[in-house]
Amino acid sequence: MEFRTTSALLYLDAVSVSFDGFKALNSLSLTIAPGEMRAIIGPNGAGKTTMMDVITGKTRPDEGEVLFDGTHDLTALDEASIAVLGIGRKFQKPTVFDSHTVEDNLRLALAGDRRARTAIAWRETVAARERISSILETIRLTAARSRLAGNLSHGQKQWLEIGMLLAQDPKLLLVDEPVAGMTDAETHQTAELLRAINAEKTVVVVEHDMTFVRALGVKVTVLHEGRVLAEGSIDQVSENERVVEVYLGR
Amino acid sequence: MTARPLDRGTLVFLGLVAAAAIVVPALNLALPESSPLHVPTYLVSLFGKYVCFALLALSIDLIWGYCGILSLGHGAFFALGGYAMGMYLMRQIGGRGVYGNPLLPDFMVFLNWKELPLAWWGFSSFPYAMLMVLAVPGLLALVFGWFAFRSRVTGVYFSIITQAMTFALMLAFFRNDFGFGGNNGLTDFKDILGFNVQADGTRAALFAISCVALMLGYLVCRVLVASKFGMVLIAVRDAEARARFLGYRVESYKLATFVISACMAGVAGALYVPQVGIINPGEFSPANSIEAVIWVAVGGRGTLAGAVVGALLVNYAKTSFTSGPLAPYWLFLLGGLFVGVTLWLPRGIVGTVQHWRARRREVAPDASGPAEGAPDGAAQKPLAAE
Repeated sequence: MEFRTTSALLYLDAVSVSFDGFKALNSLSLTIAPGEMRAIIGPNGAGKTTMMDVITGKTRPDEGEVLFDGTHDLTALDEASIAVLGIGRKFQKPTVFDSHTVEDNLRLALAGDRRARTAIAWRETVAARERISSILETIRLTAARSRLAGNLSHGQKQWLEIGMLLAQDPKLLLVDEPVAGMTDAETHQTAELLRAINAEKTVVVVEHDMTFVRALGVKVTVLHEGRVLAEGSIDQVSENERVVEVYLGR
Repeated sequence: MTARPLDRGTLVFLGLVAAAAIVVPALNLALPESSPLHVPTYLVSLFGKYVCFALLALSIDLIWGYCGILSLGHGAFFALGGYAMGMYLMRQIGGRGVYGNPLLPDFMVFLNWKELPLAWWGFSSFPYAMLMVLAVPGLLALVFGWFAFRSRVTGVYFSIITQAMTFALMLAFFRNDFGFGGNNGLTDFKDILGFNVQADGTRAALFAISCVALMLGYLVCRVLVASKFGMVLIAVRDAEARARFLGYRVESYKLATFVISACMAGVAGALYVPQVGIINPGEFSPANSIEAVIWVAVGGRGTLAGAVVGALLVNYAKTSFTSGPLAPYWLFLLGGLFVGVTLWLPRGIVGTVQHWRARRREVAPDASGPAEGAPDGAAQKPLAAE
C-alpha cells in the first residue's frame, strides 16, 4: 500500500479467526494510536492471546484487515518479518533462553542483522555493549548479568523478557500478563517500568490483575467472545453493566 | 558472549587427534612385526573406522546438541557419502573385475545391462566423486530440511520422518534395478588414486586422512558454535518461539546447520568405505542412525568432544563385546547403556566432567560467597565456558 489509510500505529478491522468452528475472534476491531498505552482485559477465552497471535503473525486471520503503521499488512508476513518491522512480544509464561547468560539473552535480542549467513562473522560493537549495560540497569539485573537465565527467579525472568523487548527496540510492545506470579512489590515496579517504557514506545498490555491495570491508569479495552465489549477508563468499564455481567457470570 | 573458536579444550583435542594421526601409522609402518609396539594393519583400519564414526557423531552433535534437532537419519547421509566413494572405487576396478568388462562394474554385467546408468557418469573422476560425497548428502538434507523446517516439523515428528527417510533409502538401495549393487552393495575394491586399498601404506594413509577430516570437522563445528550463529542455535534449542519473535528466521539457521551436518556425515561415510572395503544397503538401516545418536548421548551432547569420546568408547566396547561369547547380547547392552545414561548421566561423560569442573571453578574463588548465586553457574550450560 502506498498511502496510509489510517493514522493508527496498529489497526485491526473486522478480524475473525475460528478454530474448528469455534470463533476465537469474532469481527474484532481495534485501533492503537502511536505513543499510546492500552490495557486489554477480558475473561478466559475472550480472544486476548489469539489477538496477539494474529498481530505477531503466528495465526492467520480468516478475514479482516491488520495494518501496522498504516502501511504494512501484517496478515501477509511471518513472525520474523513482523518482529523486524518493530513489534515485540512478551509471552504469558516468561520465555527466555535458559542456557544463555542474562547478558547474552539481551545480546541476542539487540536490534541488528538477523541473518544466518552473517552471524558467523558477527562482532559486538562498543555501542551495543553500552546499550546492554543500560538495559540491565533499567530492568535491575546488572548484578545478575553473567548468571544463566535458567537460574533466575520467576519475576526476574519476566523482567529479563521485558528487557529483551527493549533491546529489540520495537515501535510496539505487546505484553502478555507481565505480572502473573509476581509479588506486590514487583507488580508495582513493573507498572512503573511499563510507564517508563511508554514514554518512548507504544505498549499494549494484556492483564488479568485489576489492581495492576488500575495502577497503569490507561485506557482499557474489554474483550469478550472474540470482540470488543467496552472501551474507556478503568472506572468507566468497571461500571459498565455488561462488563460486570461477563466477569461475574450470568 | 561469543567465544574463541580455538580455546584450550579445542587445542588439546586437535593435538591428541594429530598425535594419533602420526603415531598409529608410524607404529604400523616403521616397526617390524616382531616388535611389541607394532600396530597390525587390521587395527589401523579398525581405528580408522572408529575415527569415521567419531566424525559422524560430531555431525550429529552439531545438529542435536546445539540446535536441539534429533535427527535419527544421519546414517543415511553417512551411507550416501559412502556410496559416492564406493562408486568411484568400483569405476577404478575397470577391466579387473570377474567379467573383465572395462566399463561396467560386475553387478551390471550380471544384470545384463549394456551401458553405464546416468547416475554413474563422472564417478571415474576422483574430484567429481569427492564433490558428490558432499553434494548428495548436502542436497538431500537441503530438500528434506527445507520442507520439514518450513512446515515447522519439530521434535519427535522430525525424528520419525528422518527414520522413515533412511528406511526408504535402504529399501531403494536394496533393489537391484535401482542400479547401486542391490543387496550386495559395492565391494571388491582394487585401488584408490592408483594405490592398492589393501596395502599397509594406503591403510595407514587413510587412517591419517580420517584423523585430519575429524580435526577439520571439529574446527568447523567450533567456528560455528563459538560465533553468534552458535548462540542463535542454542537460543532456538531453548525457546524456538522466542527466537522467532525476536526476528530470527529459525528455519534458515536450522537448514544451514542440517546441511553442514549432513555433509560432514557424508565425508565420514566416504572415508569409512575404503577402510572396511564394502558399502551395502545395510548402512541405511534405521538402527545405525539410532546407534550413532547413542554414542553422542553417552559422550555428552552439546560438547563436541563428547561426541567423539562417545563414538570411540561405544565402538571399542562393541568390538570387544561382539568378538566374545557375549556377542548375541550386544544390542541389549547398547539399549541398557542408553537407558542408563539417560537416567543417571544425562549430561554424558564429557558433559558431566565439564559440569563438575565449572562448579568447582565457581565455588573455588570465593568459598564463603553467596550460596545462592554460586553453584548454579553451569547448571545446564552445554559447553563449559573454557
